[in-house]
Amino acid sequence: MTEVRHDVRLRVNGVERSAAAPARRLLSDFLRHDLRLTGTHVGCEHGVCGACTVLVDGRPMRSCLLFAVSVDGAEITTVEGCRSGDGGLGPVQQAFLECHGLQCGFCTPGFITTITAYLAEHPDPTEEEAREAIGGNLCRCTGYVNIVASVLRAAELIRSGGRPA
Amino acid sequence: MTTKLFGEPIPRREDPRLVSGAGRYLDDLGPDALAVAFVRSPHAHARIIDIDVTDALDVDGLVAIYTYEDLAGRVAEPLPVLIPHPALHAPRTAHPLANGVVRHVGEAVAMVVATDRYVAEDVCDRIRVGYRPLPAVVGIDAACAATHRVHEDVPDNTAARLVQEVGDAPAAIAAAPYRLELELEIERSASMPMEGRGVYARWDAADRSLRVYSSTQTSTSLRFALATKLELPVDRVEVVTPDVGGGFGVKIVHPWPEEVLVPWAAIRLGRELRWTEDRREHFVASAHERGQRHRVRVGFDADGRLRGLDVTFWHDNGAYTPYGIIVPVITATQLLGPYRPGAYRVEFASLYTNTVQVTPYRGAGRPQGVYAMERTMDAIAQQLGIDRATVRERNFIQPEQMPYDHGMIFQDGRPLIYDSGDYPAAMAMLKELVGWDDFAAYRERARAAGRRVGIGLACYVEGTGVGPYEGAHVRVETTGQVVVATGLTSQGQGHETVFAQVAADALGVPIDDVTVVTGDTRRFKYAVGTFASRAAVMSGSAVALAAGKVRDKAVRIAAEALEADPGDLEIVDGAVQVKGDPAARIALGTVAALANPLRYSFDAQTALATQFAKAARVDRPPVADDDEPGLEATDYYSPIRSTFAYGMHAAIVETDPETADIRVLRYCVVHDCGNLINPRIVAGQVHGGVAQGIGGALYERLAYDRDGQLLNASFMDFLMPYASEVPAIEIAHLQTPSPLNPLGVKGAGEAGVIPGSAVLASAIEDAEGFRISRMPISPSELWELRQRHATGASPADRDPADRDPVDREGS
Ligand code: FES
Ligand code: FES
Repeated sequence: MTEVRHDVRLRVNGVERSAAAPARRLLSDFLRHDLRLTGTHVGCEHGVCGACTVLVDGRPMRSCLLFAVSVDGAEITTVEGCRSGDGGLGPVQQAFLECHGLQCGFCTPGFITTITAYLAEHPDPTEEEAREAIGGNLCRCTGYVNIVASVLRAAELIRSGGRPA
Repeated sequence: MTTKLFGEPIPRREDPRLVSGAGRYLDDLGPDALAVAFVRSPHAHARIIDIDVTDALDVDGLVAIYTYEDLAGRVAEPLPVLIPHPALHAPRTAHPLANGVVRHVGEAVAMVVATDRYVAEDVCDRIRVGYRPLPAVVGIDAACAATHRVHEDVPDNTAARLVQEVGDAPAAIAAAPYRLELELEIERSASMPMEGRGVYARWDAADRSLRVYSSTQTSTSLRFALATKLELPVDRVEVVTPDVGGGFGVKIVHPWPEEVLVPWAAIRLGRELRWTEDRREHFVASAHERGQRHRVRVGFDADGRLRGLDVTFWHDNGAYTPYGIIVPVITATQLLGPYRPGAYRVEFASLYTNTVQVTPYRGAGRPQGVYAMERTMDAIAQQLGIDRATVRERNFIQPEQMPYDHGMIFQDGRPLIYDSGDYPAAMAMLKELVGWDDFAAYRERARAAGRRVGIGLACYVEGTGVGPYEGAHVRVETTGQVVVATGLTSQGQGHETVFAQVAADALGVPIDDVTVVTGDTRRFKYAVGTFASRAAVMSGSAVALAAGKVRDKAVRIAAEALEADPGDLEIVDGAVQVKGDPAARIALGTVAALANPLRYSFDAQTALATQFAKAARVDRPPVADDDEPGLEATDYYSPIRSTFAYGMHAAIVETDPETADIRVLRYCVVHDCGNLINPRIVAGQVHGGVAQGIGGALYERLAYDRDGQLLNASFMDFLMPYASEVPAIEIAHLQTPSPLNPLGVKGAGEAGVIPGSAVLASAIEDAEGFRISRMPISPSELWELRQRHATGASPADRDPADRDPVDREGS
């Protein structure tokens, strides 16, 4: 009983990556264990918590619900790729740091990718919209108060050119 | 002047790595390790007839399969009872792998090692276990009835029974002008951190040493437990806690079966092994908490002052008692809150059921106790027609009565004595914050608009910072960098930041020069763990003490070098200098070099300390009898007893007149945890606790069917709050310093969650006008209560003299 492996090629955070994986390999496991990008976290493996969210061709998707082979050729952005151009913290990451938007940090990668995609389309959300934008991600530590604040702060940072004020 | 960092809301130092995906959590380690998976029982109670692995053997990638038969020596024995208690007369713990009988769905039956997790699970699927099902005991009623047994040798399913008494409560109640009896129930929830448990073990055969990484709340204690279980000398075992994705209590239990088995198999196989718990496993194979039923009898006077309180409660401890009876003991003592109860009697029974074991979840028995007490306060107010806040105020322990001795024994085995607090001030603050006195007008306006709203409040006192001790090691390197190591672990509380604040202040160095290491037994060997809101109090104090020693030594050495009087020196910005003469200064790094008299030099700094570097005093040894080389010190903090934080919460809810949907409109917190090291981190702890409190009050429950199947073992069905369920949280801080520790701090980790069910029950009751006595409450349950209330079927409060024994409401 040997599993057939397929070559999976992805462009991850701007870099071409490839590895051989069985058809059943989840994208989350492929990123974490085959490509060793362990920033993407797995909190439930059934599509509910959002910790594993990555951007697939710019759209937030739950990598625990995708087979790696099914996104062969896609452009993937993980939390590691949400840095700013100069390698420092990206605006959403910076906002989480400034607003104490994380405690244990396990849910954080999923929030950062989700918010990055959201703000690209909604640069100036209200507080209520910010709350809605993160409505599909679970965090057990923060009570979301400071994550909502982080969304608003990240929007501000991006509008002002991505630099901390 | 170095700015004082204590009390500053500085950003966390752990965050740059955690926000960029550079954290190192358990499953991120050991990329080449073999994977472990478990075959777990599908039955709540069954005898194992046989385990057939034939079909599994030809799976490509299989490395090993183990069952109980393979275990030997101490690994084959039951897991430890971590906290024995004289009242725990029948403690029972699991074996690492089931020994002939399984007692809850999820109990581990076989362990599989394979090349990756997918393959390991393939193997699990092919292992056939024959079970003979036994009757399952599910719920408090079934446990009490004891028609069936969870453990063959515990005929009444009772693990423990404990009575504590101060005065003669039954007599005081009988003699009181007013009496009430209430039956109050709370269902199970669970810590449910976003990261489950996990273990990664490496055995170095040549060195005969074991390194274990575990997502735990106690690396030091796990180390001792593993050395014992695996029969290794303690100094051959290291336990390292990597970044941990939340704990909330469940990860204080140790050693878990998996924590024993993974290292054990790693040694046998001579390979690296890793097991990462999946979500379903976490639901059925870790621990739950909260499930309790309480019967409260209370006697009071016409002003609502308590004369006597008699509480009996039943605690469902699940299948095993690895953590003893800490949870019900805490309920029994912390139920008293900020009040003088008059005479008090409390009795509990801790009961076995065929469900997942119960161990502390943030709050650890306090949410239940506070719920019982605060529901009672509301009932008294209602009976007498007095304002709910007023009844509470009349029963408060007053600030001038501090320290206040309840005459009871707390969970640490020490007297229950509150150290400080100003409850009337906190209540005044809360009423102001939530607008208590204006609520009637708000309610009227809402009613006119066809809306139904209610307000509730609840108070709690929380023993924090329990002993026995924590320690810290502080070392100044010759570069001037300061390294702080403490044994307790972190699961998101920001210890790398707050301990750095404490150390930087105590030493007079910039915080950027300080690095903090936690939860690594290679760096600090003796510690207790992170639980019971104890880290800031215990390790914070230990860091302050150790840093103080280092400071004294630095001043002593610098005084000699500067030929100054130690009393004239201060440390500013990382250098020891003469007060008022900053030109006469010597950098701490240099002091560190001087502190270690050397024969060999390896850089300019260390050259300062070699034997010919300066006019050495030849009339005494280079290192004095009572001294040690190096600018470093270890110290321990061990308090006489716990310190008591407290708080008061108020909530305004809206209930939909049609659908009975429940919405929290406002949630206000007054919180006193003594001095705040980092107010931003404390606020974050409160936010997270409140969210869990709301979850426990309105959404979270673990639904077992009669056969002991957990019906909602996924995030799809076990409802934790999303952002849409948590309102903005308004917080006001009071700061009554603790007289018990050098920092004047009290713990903050659990506070936010404690009064959640109490305050929301109070608010919903206020909106609806009938008693809420079971939590959590869902819209459909509220809707049903409305129907029953409309038809007069809702139970009324009773005078306990009316009837005895109590019949259950059955609601
Ligand atoms: S891990 Fe993918 S949604 Fe939870
Ligand atoms: S920060 Fe811990 S789960 Fe969100």
